[in-house]
Amino acid sequence: MSVLINIISIVLILAGLVFFLGSVVGVVRFPDFYTRMHAAGKGDTLSSLLVIMGFAVYHLGQIHWMDFAWADLLVVLKLLAICAFIMLTSPTATHALMNAGYEDGIEPLMRKKGNALDNEEGEKGR
Amino acid sequence: MAYKVFIFILLMVTWVILSGQFDAFHLVLGLISCALVTSMSADLLFRERDAPVLQRVQEGWSLAWYFLWMLWQILLANIAILKLALSPNALQQVDPSIVHFKTKLKSNFAKFLLANSITLTPGTVTIKISGDDFYVHAINDEAAAGLNGEMERRIASIYRVESAAAGGKGDC
Repeated sequence: MSVLINIISIVLILAGLVFFLGSVVGVVRFPDFYTRMHAAGKGDTLSSLLVIMGFAVYHLGQIHWMDFAWADLLVVLKLLAICAFIMLTSPTATHALMNAGYEDGIEPLMRKKGNALDNEEGEKGR
Repeated sequence: MAYKVFIFILLMVTWVILSGQFDAFHLVLGLISCALVTSMSADLLFRERDAPVLQRVQEGWSLAWYFLWMLWQILLANIAILKLALSPNALQQVDPSIVHFKTKLKSNFAKFLLANSITLTPGTVTIKISGDDFYVHAINDEAAAGLNGEMERRIASIYRVESAAAGGKGDC
């Protein structure tokens, strides 16, 4: 039983590391600020979630059901709470960085002409 | 009053989960501080308090299902990023564009949810929201085509009252 739980947690943490690798390589290889934020924003969320879920599953395996202490189960609950907060805050941080980059005037790399953000700038009449 | 009791229970549950101590001393400390916080700043947490309880429960339930669907979408997005980052000709597949659309969602929370969902689904990141206007950066045309409003419908169906109100105003 405990071997099974260990295997599940190892698989979760390893999957998280693989997705971290994907987002790191993406940040290095993608061409401009906005596309790099794609890699950083999405990769961060899922990989942190997977790693923390792995911790939670591992800790579930450490609970002694014979002399049960609530404090052990609460650790799992706290880890799940961290998951919920990451799911809410990580995309918001990505969004804030994208907006800051746009406000700072970083030109998005484009192959085509016609940029919705340029039109909006025109309407404001700066 | 019911609202304050609800806030108090919410704070107390958080206290118990975070402290992990069940002796009388810590529980009484928790009771005192939760009562203080409730009496001083209970008004800050929720704005609309008139909604019937049943509607709240329904919203919470469909929100939970929505988050499960989101998890699946996040997984797909990450597999896409992984493939793109590790493929030898990644640059050929990157053809970014900025898409602009108007949303029918009214409440700030629904807009926040839509923006976060767009950021977490494959190939798209929200740049800017101003009023009803969304500016979304899509990494290629395939991702841009995915912004066909399916997600907006899902969020609108969580808040049924809102979608009924928005439906009356017609297409923008």
